[in-house]
Amino acid sequence: MISLAQTYFIEVMTIILYCLLIFVPLLLGVVMALYADRKIWAAVQKRRGPNVVGPYGLFQVPADGLKFIFKEIILPDGSDKTVFLIAPIITLALSITAWAVVPVQAGVVLANINVGILYIFAISSLGVYGILMAGWSSNSKYPFFGALRSAAQMVSYEVSIGFVIITVLLCVGSLNLTEIVMAQKTMWFFIPLFPMFIVFFISALAETNRPPFDLPEAESELVAGYQTEYSGMPFVLFLFGEYINILLMCAMTTILFLGGWLPPIDIYPLNAVPGFVWFLLKVIFVFYLFAMVKAFVPRYRYDQLMRLGWKVFLPLSLFAVVATSSILFFFNLAPGM
Amino acid sequence: MTAQLLTFYLFSGVILISSLMVISTKNPVHSVLFLILSFLNAAGLFVILHAEFLAMILIIVYVGAVAVLFLFVVMMLDFKTSINKDNILQYIPIGILIGVVFVAELVIVLINTKFDLSNIQVLPNPLSDFIGKSNTEAIGSVLYTDYILYFQLSGVILLVAMIGSIVLTLREREGVKRQAVSEQLQRQGKIDLVDVKSGKGVDI
Repeated sequence: MISLAQTYFIEVMTIILYCLLIFVPLLLGVVMALYADRKIWAAVQKRRGPNVVGPYGLFQVPADGLKFIFKEIILPDGSDKTVFLIAPIITLALSITAWAVVPVQAGVVLANINVGILYIFAISSLGVYGILMAGWSSNSKYPFFGALRSAAQMVSYEVSIGFVIITVLLCVGSLNLTEIVMAQKTMWFFIPLFPMFIVFFISALAETNRPPFDLPEAESELVAGYQTEYSGMPFVLFLFGEYINILLMCAMTTILFLGGWLPPIDIYPLNAVPGFVWFLLKVIFVFYLFAMVKAFVPRYRYDQLMRLGWKVFLPLSLFAVVATSSILFFFNLAPGM
Repeated sequence: MTAQLLTFYLFSGVILISSLMVISTKNPVHSVLFLILSFLNAAGLFVILHAEFLAMILIIVYVGAVAVLFLFVVMMLDFKTSINKDNILQYIPIGILIGVVFVAELVIVLINTKFDLSNIQVLPNPLSDFIGKSNTEAIGSVLYTDYILYFQLSGVILLVAMIGSIVLTLREREGVKRQAVSEQLQRQGKIDLVDVKSGKGVDI
């Protein structure tokens, strides 16, 4: 056993170090995303947003976090306490786990696995469990309704996200995220697949429960949806999980459609910039779009949401899969043919 | 190799324990959650076998879709009244029967198969045609050529099942008003933008 420990000790330690290298920037990113979200939202409505704590209100989010940490964790009397506490942990853990395969630069990725895109799809389809467990275990009406809505919504929009991913994969010929980015060297995929880019963007909004699809936590009807009974640290875990998921969807949009870490044009001053800077800039741009949508668009009604998912996006993306594969086949453009 | 062995024991141990919990917990929702846990660990076993595509599909299909529907239904049941302790004993004989049949089938299969345990390294890459290909590619090149008929057939069966369940549960109710979205959007000419003068109002 001693030799075993010696063999694996260094390996395990390096993996833990890499995990921290993902986790710490991610936490920082979430803090900045929360701040940016509120600032952009405020700017659209001609308010100032957070501007008191720290310079330009930059320390508002850490201050909020500190407040949440010191708050009491209230466990509702009739709740299923184990599931109640596991739910936020699952949400946060899953959202971080998905980042293991996201390449931020050529070769800079924790796990460069062959089925990277499927892995992310699988992990994000698991995300619904945190919400379902939270809603059920709270043993209260509003969280339950929020959870039911959320589950139906996320499962519905996953279908169209899956088909959009398939159209991209048809153009790449690989499930590896690095190869998906490298396939966009000549042209970013949002140009030939522009309708799918729009479908993916809107589905990503629905998948992450962002406005205008934030019905699971529609405060005008459901108080706070599945989070109603949560307080203190578990609530922060939900909040962080949600924002890490949003950032993941921004990163996915970047990788699938906006060329990942590739510069817009492959000429000298642009391609001298390190890849992760481009990646970061694109993710920030997509997040900016997410925040603007939140500020502009009124909330959907639930039946309209379901109609959009099943009667508009599903046929559209299904048609796009057939159309893309036909075009690739007839013009002999399909990779590996 | 040792790490692989340890992860194998971890995954299969969790599968065994959580499967046992599925049938022994009193709360149906907990049963479904344990079922999901065992699905996830089965996916882990696939990854150890280098079958990462199958692992991901298992998670996406079973955990991400099927088990969500299970949970959805079970969550809405009022299970506090439906559990009766006396009932558990009456299921034991049929459970044993099913177990015996299952073990017998396994034994029949295992007797006719030769396992060469010394050459266990060949297991991840069993067919020489697919060496050097990712297993997504390997599955695709077999599934859409040699087994295309079975693949299509299973698709048709699923489609029939889906249509059947929709037809069975479809009911037309009288007096339900529906929103005709396309008609609403095409209603041009009936919408005016009117600049309302303050204090005078507007005629409609």
